[in-house]
Amino acid sequence: MSIYARRRAADSISQKLCLAAAVFGLAWLVAILIVLIYEGAKGLSPAVFTQMTPAPGNSGGLLNAILGSLIMTVLGVAVGAPLGLLAGTWLAEYGNHSKLATVIRFINDILLSAPSIVIGLFVYEVIVARQKHFSAWSGAAALAILVIPVVLRTTEDMLRLVPGSLREAATALGLPRTYVIRYVAYRAAKAGLITGVLLAIARVSGETAPLLFTALNNQFFSADINAPMASLPVVIFQFALSPYKDWQQLAWTGALLVTAAVLLLSITARALGAQRGKK
Amino acid sequence: MERAGAGDLGAVASQGPATAERGRVLQRLAFIDVMFRRATFSCALLVLILLGGVILSLFLGSLPAIQAFGLGFITSQSWNPVTEKFGGGPAIYGTLVTSAIALAIAAPVGIGIAVFLTELCPPPLRRPIGIAIELLAGIPSIIYGIWGLFVLAPFLQQYVQPWLIDTFKGAPGLSALFAGPPYGIGMLTAGVILGVMVLPYVASVCRDVFETVPVVLKEAAFGIGCTTTEVVRHVVIPYTAVGVIGAIMLGLGRALGETMAVTFVIGNAHKIAASILAPGTTISATIANEFTEAVGDLYTSSLILLGLILFVITFVELSIARLLYMRVQRQGGG
Repeated sequence: MSIYARRRAADSISQKLCLAAAVFGLAWLVAILIVLIYEGAKGLSPAVFTQMTPAPGNSGGLLNAILGSLIMTVLGVAVGAPLGLLAGTWLAEYGNHSKLATVIRFINDILLSAPSIVIGLFVYEVIVARQKHFSAWSGAAALAILVIPVVLRTTEDMLRLVPGSLREAATALGLPRTYVIRYVAYRAAKAGLITGVLLAIARVSGETAPLLFTALNNQFFSADINAPMASLPVVIFQFALSPYKDWQQLAWTGALLVTAAVLLLSITARALGAQRGKK
Repeated sequence: MERAGAGDLGAVASQGPATAERGRVLQRLAFIDVMFRRATFSCALLVLILLGGVILSLFLGSLPAIQAFGLGFITSQSWNPVTEKFGGGPAIYGTLVTSAIALAIAAPVGIGIAVFLTELCPPPLRRPIGIAIELLAGIPSIIYGIWGLFVLAPFLQQYVQPWLIDTFKGAPGLSALFAGPPYGIGMLTAGVILGVMVLPYVASVCRDVFETVPVVLKEAAFGIGCTTTEVVRHVVIPYTAVGVIGAIMLGLGRALGETMAVTFVIGNAHKIAASILAPGTTISATIANEFTEAVGDLYTSSLILLGLILFVITFVELSIARLLYMRVQRQGGG
């Protein structure tokens, strides 16, 4: 009897520990979101979206940072997503289990979790150091390099979910391989492909490290791709570490905006993915 | 152009065989086919070129520092921009220590969450909790940084660190580990923040590998009267041991390279302190803080050398993690 009681006690203790672990994880999410909303909402006003980042002591907003982030993210995704899409297509449709495909898959998985600051250093070495000045497009290039592995991975996974019989049916009609891929495989996997791009945007729009020494920062708005450009994460970094209260407030507000955007994107991506799973 | 291609296909069918038109269309289709294939292939090769490019350019950039300091760079503790004497010792040490603290938190808790999600959680809650944990992974690292600086660091400074210092005051060995004034920012705070950041990765990979355990095995164990805990300890964990280690190493890879969260709370001190409450620095924090202000080729080159060291460490680490994970997938009948 005592051995039963002991085993049951051990079981219930470790079950509670597992529950505690889950609560611990969720508690962090809740704590971070609550503080973020509380601190961020205090500074939320129309000025945030209509004015430039201020000098210390002045009032201002985050307009140039928001626009800068948008421009660089759009550029980065516009370049990175097609490259990742095509590379993922090759792995799923042509490469399959060949040695080269296995190697590329392996390297891509490593790039997926490689430190983003190293990508920043790489772009600095290749573009900024040669040009001798910081620029928005080197920032966008760094983001594009981060987009490729994410899109590649989801594209391959999603294309693999498309049943082979669909491809065979299309091929039997005499369609060339390219058309089978474009008109059958892509269409069947459409929701999944969009999910991949959304996830990539979410990943990239919060990135700070690779922008620090590529796009740098800019106190004013500039649409010049060849000049330094402000971005939300870099502004948050600079303002949060400053001793000025109004800068810190703007940093919190910026943090709230970035998090809201990123979470919204990843929830949308997940909902799209779930829809697909149901079908 | 795609539209025209599709239209031509119809045209081929209606025109019948052996016309010159048909030959031309087929030729064009074959051409498009080859071009598309080549385009996808070169994009796939781009991944390899990127990796090669990163390693090559970092190596070339760090050559001056390698020539000036040699292997001594890894252990040297000096970091003096004025005399141009640089060493990576404190940064490498800080990177390893903060990552170790992160893993000490993330590994047990992550495995616990995975067990909870696969074995204990009522099915309707499984998806929402799983998504919530994954959202934790989606929060940008800069948010962890600003939160760590303004919320976690003061909290640790006021409540946790004084308690640690008092508790371990007399204990030999441990007293040195928890010595000194409670700064709030420092290695411990950075490690805790990293632990929370890495947690979702460990949890979700562990959950995935736990799900590869054949249900028959678990049912057999339940059938001879095992409790849930015993099933997990003696069936699930042994079956997935390699995958769990892979998950932890994947988390370690993330922790090693994480930049922004650490930069906020590490304190940026280029010295090796015995106490984990003391400020320190990590490779990524050093680069993030000093790169744009670095004057002189040797300074810049030393920072790039640090980046190269970080990349090599994470590359080796992640390769091992990936190989372990691949082994589990094959074993799981994938």
